[in-house]
Amino acid sequence: MSSLAPYLSHPVAMMAAIVLGILVVASTVYGVLLVVRKDKDWSELRARIGAWWIMASLFFGVLLGGNKALIVFFALISFWALKEFITLLPTRPADHGALVLAFLSIPIQYYWIWTGWYGMFIIFIPVYMFLALPIRLVLSGETSGFVASASQLQWGLMAFVFGLSHLCYLSTFPDFAGTKADGRTVVLFLVFVVEISDVLQYIWGKTLGRHKVIPLVSPNKTWEGLVGGVISASALSLVIRFLTPFALWECVAVALLITVVGFFGGAVMSAVKRDYGVKDFSSLIPGHGGVLDRLDSLCWAAPVFLHYIRYFHIPKT
Amino acid sequence: MTRKGSLADAVQRAFFFLLGRPFLAFFIGLRIKGRQNLPADFPFLLVANHTSHLDTLSLLALFPLRDLWRVRPVAAADYFESTKLVSTVTRTLFNTLPIPRKGFTAENHPLKTMGAAIDRGEGLILFPEGTRGMQQKGLAPFKKGAAHLVLERPGLRVVPVFLDNMGRSLPKGAWIPVPFFCTISIGQPRVLTGTPEEITARLEGEVKALSAESRPGRPV
Repeated sequence: MSSLAPYLSHPVAMMAAIVLGILVVASTVYGVLLVVRKDKDWSELRARIGAWWIMASLFFGVLLGGNKALIVFFALISFWALKEFITLLPTRPADHGALVLAFLSIPIQYYWIWTGWYGMFIIFIPVYMFLALPIRLVLSGETSGFVASASQLQWGLMAFVFGLSHLCYLSTFPDFAGTKADGRTVVLFLVFVVEISDVLQYIWGKTLGRHKVIPLVSPNKTWEGLVGGVISASALSLVIRFLTPFALWECVAVALLITVVGFFGGAVMSAVKRDYGVKDFSSLIPGHGGVLDRLDSLCWAAPVFLHYIRYFHIPKT
Repeated sequence: MTRKGSLADAVQRAFFFLLGRPFLAFFIGLRIKGRQNLPADFPFLLVANHTSHLDTLSLLALFPLRDLWRVRPVAAADYFESTKLVSTVTRTLFNTLPIPRKGFTAENHPLKTMGAAIDRGEGLILFPEGTRGMQQKGLAPFKKGAAHLVLERPGLRVVPVFLDNMGRSLPKGAWIPVPFFCTISIGQPRVLTGTPEEITARLEGEVKALSAESRPGRPV
């Protein structure tokens, strides 16, 4: 047994134990509700918790596989996310070539992460894809709807490929001196805090929610849910501070920052869905919707979090 | 010479098992509505809208591999028999039933070819628009071949199908597919009677109704 000790005290293993504990508690609560409140339909809760088990196992499995597995994993998620987005777009026949190019940018963007070329990673989509997409559209020769196509495609790339790829780049950060934290553990911190905030916002909103934040965009988002979720998730972040190089108050401040930004990421995606007249992006994840319905908050929180860490915790060379 | 158990059949099965189905599941993310409407017994006539080469691929992928030898996509000879290479590839991988689109005689009349296939107990896939249209432009008027076949073979079941987004993924003239989510909506099999015009209008109506269900409240 003693030979296992170093593995069990590894931050990723400790985090896996915490997540396992939460899922066991959630499943138990579901079981109790099923018995105590037989009059209500708990099938959505069941689907949601079931999907969390699968998503958590998958994510920890990929984390164990190392950085290269993570890069492939996030590239595939970006692929699926962009696919969900473009299916909603009113694309023109002339957009075909530019759409192919947009998908081609995914392996290229993740290749920069693979090689650790930060400078290229950070400008490839905002600069080079921004230049390349309209060039390809011009070659199609159709001017009607040109600006709309160029804008929507670039927007999709920024939100779902560029935004998500930050999560992946984070995982390649080296060990933070004087702590047990490294790139992978700060990704875990970010994903956990943002996702638990989503869940807690949902729970607080369902139980106490009265005053809507942005009623025309998302009637489910209430002030009670937002404040309750953000504060309780930030408090919980202290429990997993061992995943980060953060000081005590810094940890709370960063958690507040990413949960609030994450909230707005969710709101932005709600607005996108309303604009295109759909409820969910797809039906891949039972009880949750599409990949984008689950990752909307992370798309917004990841870049902010990456830059915070890079400015304050990565030594300048 | 029978197709069943032939080399071509084995190649087609391997192609759908190893390439066609994984491509549709993981790249295209194909969604299927109304799978229970797909006939399990033969013969039948399946009619669908046509916007892409992906149409035939996804319709064939609906069937069990062991049935592929008797599912025949009706294909324009002027296009799919244009060269020896194209002809061999499409006949092998898609088990096409080539018919001429114009200038046919009593000998090679499409109705004769399709009728004979029905008599052999094969399932036909027919695109009554006659050619690939543009997804964004909607359905073209149906040609009357399907109706005439139905009248010549009374009792033949017709399955209406709507294919959504295939023409955005791989439109006419394109060679690289874009992974739009695509949907196949399969309607209930019908046995139709009436004049050729009535039957054609009915089929067009069925496919249009499936298209409206496929993307409710949104322009096609």
